Amino acid sequence: MEINSAISGSKAASPYSGRSWRLGLLIVTMIIAIPVLVIVASLSQPFSSAWQHLFDTVLSDYISNSLLLMAGVGFGTLLLGVSAAWLTAMCDFPGRKILSWAFLLPMAMPAYIIAYTYTGILDFAGPIQSILRGIFGWSYGDYYFPQIRSLGGAICMLSLVLYPYVYMLVRIAFLEQSTAVLEASRNLGKKPWETLFLVALPISRPAIVAGVSLALMETLADYGTVAYFGVSAFTTGIFRTWYGLGELTTAAQLCAFLLLFVFALIMAERWSRQRLRFHHNSANKKLVRMQLKGWHAYIALLIGCLIVGVGFVIPATQLLIWASSRWQENLNGAFLSLLFNSFSLAAIAAICCVIVATFLAYTKRVFNSRLELGAVGVASLGYAVPGTVIAVGVLIPVAWLDNKIDFFSRAWFDIPTGLLLSGTIGILVFAYVVRFLSVSLNTVESGLSAIKPSIDESARSLGARPAQVLKRVHLPILRSSLLTATLLVFVDVLKELPTTLILRPFNFNTLAVRTYELASDERLVDAALPALAIVVIGLLPVLLITKSILNERARHE
Amino acid sequence: MNDQLVIDKVTVTYDNVAAILKASFSLAEGEIGCLLGPSGCGKTTLLRAIAGFEPVIEGSVSLHGKSISTAKYTQAPEDRAVGMVFQDFALFPHLNVSKNIGFGLSKMPAKQRDDRINKMLALVSLGDSAEKFPHELSGGQQQRVALARALAPNPQILLLDEPFSNLDAELRTQLATEVRTLLKENKVTALMVTHDQDEAFAMADKIALLNGGKIVQVDAPYQLYHKPSSLFAADFIGKGSVINVGIDAAGLLGNNLGSLSIQTLPKDLGNTVKLLVRPDDVTYDKTSDTKLPIISKAFLGPNYLYELALTDGQCVPCLTQSHIDIPIGETLPVRFDLRHVVIFNGE
Repeated sequence: MEINSAISGSKAASPYSGRSWRLGLLIVTMIIAIPVLVIVASLSQPFSSAWQHLFDTVLSDYISNSLLLMAGVGFGTLLLGVSAAWLTAMCDFPGRKILSWAFLLPMAMPAYIIAYTYTGILDFAGPIQSILRGIFGWSYGDYYFPQIRSLGGAICMLSLVLYPYVYMLVRIAFLEQSTAVLEASRNLGKKPWETLFLVALPISRPAIVAGVSLALMETLADYGTVAYFGVSAFTTGIFRTWYGLGELTTAAQLCAFLLLFVFALIMAERWSRQRLRFHHNSANKKLVRMQLKGWHAYIALLIGCLIVGVGFVIPATQLLIWASSRWQENLNGAFLSLLFNSFSLAAIAAICCVIVATFLAYTKRVFNSRLELGAVGVASLGYAVPGTVIAVGVLIPVAWLDNKIDFFSRAWFDIPTGLLLSGTIGILVFAYVVRFLSVSLNTVESGLSAIKPSIDESARSLGARPAQVLKRVHLPILRSSLLTATLLVFVDVLKELPTTLILRPFNFNTLAVRTYELASDERLVDAALPALAIVVIGLLPVLLITKSILNERARHE
Repeated sequence: MNDQLVIDKVTVTYDNVAAILKASFSLAEGEIGCLLGPSGCGKTTLLRAIAGFEPVIEGSVSLHGKSISTAKYTQAPEDRAVGMVFQDFALFPHLNVSKNIGFGLSKMPAKQRDDRINKMLALVSLGDSAEKFPHELSGGQQQRVALARALAPNPQILLLDEPFSNLDAELRTQLATEVRTLLKENKVTALMVTHDQDEAFAMADKIALLNGGKIVQVDAPYQLYHKPSSLFAADFIGKGSVINVGIDAAGLLGNNLGSLSIQTLPKDLGNTVKLLVRPDDVTYDKTSDTKLPIISKAFLGPNYLYELALTDGQCVPCLTQSHIDIPIGETLPVRFDLRHVVIFNGE
């Protein structure tokens, strides 16, 4: 008992007495949680008659299409991601080293861009069908050609750009699993392919589940692809309910149902990350890759080139051709102001994200109690929540606040303020912070974790307060992590479509919005220039990951 | 030939460098062998060649009279009846203990397989952990699962790669003795690799000492300790110092070390010899006139290990009981007992 009280006593007299820090953390977390809470709270509102209409007509389509989309993209990313990881991590053949980073390239391609590019390539007037008609002398209606603007097409497009999530995680799992386990399986009488299915894949199951969950979160969040292809999914349904029917509450309630799917994915992902701990094998032996010879090597190379070619090289080349065909008309002042808008918006959002993330990560590190862990957990849920949902969750409370301000302003000063906050850059940036905070939080936290606690302690014992430790010790050490976090958020904001579509100020355009509008108007060639700009910027994080792959290669080879 | 394992002039290269050069070694059925040597001597490479993970460049490996590795042919690892216990145990993290043990038994009918698994569980006394997963087991338990898994398919030989190196020092010798008893009772032919001579002594009937990719001596543990055939063996096994001493035709040694019986000496000795002096060759004797200055001393619990200087400055070790505690710088009265001493030719 005495020991117990001594321990609790020492806790009460904790050397960290930053009550204001902790209060700040609580407030920040609560503000960040508002959009999701608003959406969940919308379920307590009465269900309007619009529900009956939805129920009778399109709701079953939303649900079944979203489920089919998830099943299809889940299978597609699994197949592509695991094959790519197996080829580059476990086999050796000419071209493997290049492929191991080239497999990441499709990440640079937002799904709505690859979707409209392939529409241009594959539709009736596109090059493929024209060539086929030229060769065989067919004309319209003579032949069957798969329709890309369909659910199946959307599944293909999303799988092609989302498989790198699976690839990255599974590749690391393959690299880190002990070679001895695979050898043990051979030693116990199993052929190489039996070893793949009996040992290597089951061990990597947590990484596979985590990767597929991330890909499916992106699938649920996707608006551009399904809208462009005319597939009725949840996100398009939310847009339609709101803009078409004008039913804000019903839209919010639809968002709440979408969140159910999202939380199932979050659970799957967190569960699998926990399992990952057990699946870590100790030995860090030299990796022995299967040497592929002869036609095996050619097939491996062919599969790799096919994935990268279809996922990146072909659509990127097409964009380049389109963009260069019209660059004189399109590269004008309007495009430059588009660039300026997008870059400055992304930069502001990225810097805000990193500041908030640093504050949260640092508070968690110093106090590290249940309060901080929970708060950071809540704050980092945004990555899973579709941008459409966050936008609706931001818009409702802001509109309410605007009304109140307007009411009081009229009552007291007799000045109508109208919609003071709605449709401002500030609100848009807030939504981005909610959505992308976890991206920066992960990077900052992993950077912080590299700083040993003894460094903090020595700084504190030399008389530095927590804020000073942050400024004088951590920030200099963290500089590269902070830059990485800023870059990642910057690129994500640049690519983000639905949040921007809903919350942007009137007549304020970004690259993503402009691309989408032009593509929707069937001006595919004109859409290529802003699309290409997004893809080029999107390559920056790919380069970053490539750098870290090259570093780890030094460790494994 | 009743040899279970025959390694005949085997050469294995690793990154184009010969890791094992013309190694020959054999094990009779039921015998426990050990490849002992400093790290980097190629012992693990040789073990992996026997398991089929490394091809041999020349020579051959045969098991039970059948050739399994030659320069031209390498039988696939999964087709050899060779069991292996890996250094990090390499348990399958996604399978529980019984499924790990049953992994190599998939060709057996289900009933027979279950019986075999239960038998193996009983053998390593893990009956109550059958449903547990590897991460729920202690290091010693994981080691026993690895052993049971390797033995389950009834291999013709069991290979153990540094099987105790991942365990606590205290557990090591105890487990080594336990594993030896288990293997002996079940008449398993086994070959283990280690750099730890205590483990080798505790486990093996026969030790092959390796240095720089070559087998330098194959002998029983007693012989290896007391009759090392080379300076390297003398230096690597046990404690002791090799000293250069002058010797005359009558066998009288310099440095007041006494004399050696001329009959036991090899012919053609020069006028100096190298002597391997073990700590137990120099004994403390209060009455002796030979008093040597103490250079250093180490407390070992039951004993003190002294390092003493001879008149010409070379050092010899001396083991005494720990209550004989004389400060450094003073002298220790000793008697040389050179009956077992090992002699090598001088320069």
